[in-house]
Amino acid sequence: MTTTAVPHESRGHYRFSQVARMEWIKLRSLRSTWWTLTLTVAGAVAIAVAVGANTKDAAADLTNNVLAGTSLGLLLSGAVGVLAMTSEYSSGMIRATLAAIPNRPLALAAKAAVVGAVTFAAGEGASFVAFLAGRAAMPATVPAPSLGQPGVLRAVMLGGAGFCLIGLIGLGLGAIIRHSGAAIAVLVGGVYLAAQFVALVAHSIMPYLPVAIVANSLTVVRPIVDPIRFLSPWAGLGVLSLEAAVTLAAGAWLLARRDA
Amino acid sequence: MIEVRGISKRYGATVAVDRLSFDVRPGVVTGFLGPNGSGKSTTMRMILGLDRPDAGSVRIGGRRYRELGWPLREVGGLLEARAFHPGRSARAHLAALAASNGLPRSRVEEVLGIVGLAGAAQRRAGKFSLGMAQRLGIAAALLGDPGVLLLDEPVNGLDPEGIRWIRNLLKSLAAQGRAVLVSSHLISEIALAADHLVVIGQGRLLADTSVAELAARSTSLEEAFFQLTDGAIESQGQKS
Repeated sequence: MTTTAVPHESRGHYRFSQVARMEWIKLRSLRSTWWTLTLTVAGAVAIAVAVGANTKDAAADLTNNVLAGTSLGLLLSGAVGVLAMTSEYSSGMIRATLAAIPNRPLALAAKAAVVGAVTFAAGEGASFVAFLAGRAAMPATVPAPSLGQPGVLRAVMLGGAGFCLIGLIGLGLGAIIRHSGAAIAVLVGGVYLAAQFVALVAHSIMPYLPVAIVANSLTVVRPIVDPIRFLSPWAGLGVLSLEAAVTLAAGAWLLARRDA
Repeated sequence: MIEVRGISKRYGATVAVDRLSFDVRPGVVTGFLGPNGSGKSTTMRMILGLDRPDAGSVRIGGRRYRELGWPLREVGGLLEARAFHPGRSARAHLAALAASNGLPRSRVEEVLGIVGLAGAAQRRAGKFSLGMAQRLGIAAALLGDPGVLLLDEPVNGLDPEGIRWIRNLLKSLAAQGRAVLVSSHLISEIALAADHLVVIGQGRLLADTSVAELAARSTSLEEAFFQLTDGAIESQGQKS
C-alpha cells in the first residue's frame, strides 16, 4: 500500500477554466448526452424534410416552415440542460462537485458555459442541416429559399441559438427544482403546454413565451404581426436571452443558499 | 487539522447537531462514533462546506472550507457510496474531479491503482458492487493527496479483506502525518484503526478521548461505548 505524493501547489486558486474542464468531461462522458443531441438533429431534419416535401403555398415563410421541426429538438436540448443539473442530485454527484468547487455560482456558470456551447453547436448543426434538407425536399413548383436571400441566414442561425437558450433555461430550472422528473415537467408544461394554452386565452403574453419566441421570432424571415404581433428576430433573441439569464441567476442564488 | 467549534444544525424541529466542538489532529486516526442518526454525517457535511451550520464554525488549517484555493488538495471526503453518476466510468468520474482542481491526469491512474480499480476503470460505475463503489469514493478522496481526510462509514459494504485493507490504509495515511476522521456506528469496526475517539449522541459531544482511556472506563471498549450512548439517550428522556 503506497500513496504517491503529488507535487503540491498550495498557492493559487481554482478558476473558471478548471471548472469548465470538469464540466466538459462530465457532459461528454455520458452516453445520454450524445444520444439526445443526435436525436435533436435527426428530429429536426426529419420534420424539415416532411414539411419541405409537402410545401404547397409558395407565398408562405418557407424558411420558418422547414425550421418547425426544431421544436422537438428544443425539448431535447432543454432536457440536456435540466439533466446536467438534476442528475447530479439524483446520483449524489452534486456533493463531490461542490466539495471540489465550493464557489457554487462559479460551478453553475461553468456548467452553463459548457451546456450552452454544446447545445449551441448541436442547435446550429440541426438548424442548418434541417434547412438544407427541407429546402432540397421541396417540390420543384415552389421557389425554395436560399441562405443568400434577405433574412434567411439570420433565421437559420437564430434558430440554432434558440436550442442553446432553451438548454440554458433547462439548466436553470434544474438548479431551481433539483429533481429530474419535476424539472422536465415544468420545462414541458411551462414552456410547451402553457404556450398552447396561452395562445388561446392571453395573446398579450404569447410573444414572450420561450417556445413562441423560437418559433415565431427567431426563425422567421418576415416578422409575424397578424393575428398576434410577435417580437422581431433580434428583440426575440434579447428577450429569450434575458429569460435564460434570469432562470440561471435564480438557480445560482438558490444553489448558493441551500444545503447540498 | 480540523477545528470544529460549537456547530449546531437543526432541520425543522429536529436538532441534528448541538453545539459540537472537537479537533481532528494530524498524524492520528480519529474515530467518529455514534449511533445511527446521532449527527455524524451532518457534521461531516458541515466540515466539507456542503451544509451550512446554524451556529458555530469549522476551520481547516485555519481557514473556512469555502476559502480553500484547491479544496481537493487539502481535504478528501467520502460521504456516501455511489456519489457519482451511474452512467459514467470510474476513470471519467475521477478525471472530471482532477480537472476541477488542476491535478494531473496521471494522478487518476495512480489512485485507481491504489484502490485496486485499475482493471474496472472503463466500466460504467453504476454497475459497481457496493465494495467497488466505496473504493471509487476512496480514490476520489485520495485524488488531491490531501492532508485531511474525512471518511463516512467507509467499511460499509466491504468484505473482511476490504475492511482490513481500509484499516491499513487509514493507519498509513495517518502515519504520513495526515489528519484522518473516520465515522462508524460500530465501535468494533473502528477500534483497531483509530487512536483517538470522538463520540456523539443526539448531536452532542459525549467523549473526546483516546481509545485506551475509553476502554479503561469499563469492562470493555464496547461496554464503555454503550454506557456513553445509553446515557445520552436517557438524558434526553427518550428511554423507557
